[in-house]
Amino acid sequence: MSLNKTDKERVKAFWSKVAGKADAIGAESLARLIVVYPQTKTYFAHWKDVSPNSPNVKKHGKTVMGGVADAVTKIDDLKGGLLSLSELHAFTLRVDPANFKLLTHCILVVLAAQFPADFTPEVHVAMDKFLAAVARALAEKYR
Amino acid sequence: MVVWSEQERSIINSIFASLDYDDIGPKALCRCLIVYPWTQRYFGGFGNLYNAEAIQTNPNLAAHGIKVLHGLDRAVKNMDNIKATYAELSVMHSEKLHIDPDNFRLLADCLTIVIAAKMGSAFTPEIQATFQKFLAVVVSALGKQYH
Repeated sequence: MSLNKTDKERVKAFWSKVAGKADAIGAESLARLIVVYPQTKTYFAHWKDVSPNSPNVKKHGKTVMGGVADAVTKIDDLKGGLLSLSELHAFTLRVDPANFKLLTHCILVVLAAQFPADFTPEVHVAMDKFLAAVARALAEKYR
Repeated sequence: MVVWSEQERSIINSIFASLDYDDIGPKALCRCLIVYPWTQRYFGGFGNLYNAEAIQTNPNLAAHGIKVLHGLDRAVKNMDNIKATYAELSVMHSEKLHIDPDNFRLLADCLTIVIAAKMGSAFTPEIQATFQKFLAVVVSALGKQYH
């Protein structure tokens, strides 16, 4: 299920529309992740405040979405482009890769809620494939 | 036994009370067939599913989407016993329709996204959590009678 030319064009076109709101999208996606899938809070036990509106969540959501934005620019070689991020996730963060799917779902929900007209089924499938490819690239170094 | 708070019951009832079945049903089913194309395997007799446009304008699919969405009504009315309520439907989906139960989850995800698009910021994280809990119980019940 790799990205074809049409997928990449759709991702880039849609991303150019939403990039301006990336920080807010990231914050909301992460907030939804910890509310809808409370088990994900285990990765943030070192934060005093893990509530969805906390400054930590907002800041971290921005960081994560920054990674997604970067991935869009590296869409032609995600494995190579995200190599150091993969090493970070594999050796330092050790986030169970199952959680990438959960965050992907939350990102798609936020995109649908904030851009209902632009988030057509065709854009949806392209973004889903893209985020799945990003997840695969991030899991590359795990074992 | 699934436990529902008063707030969760209220959220689910409110979503379904204001639901436009004729709009949301077709949108959810069509999105499922477009985003997860392998689900088209169950719709061989429905006519042209050749591309996204064909899927979205197929009248058979639209009618079926409405039917499937109304299928959730019984769960809304029997939230404390969804498993028993759907026992027969589960047998039907297994023995007659031969649907891989993983597909129920895919359709549930598409429905969540269509509702999110409709409700916008009103689809808060808490409401999303409740809605997904409800759909997870439905999906589990529909898969229960497979053997």
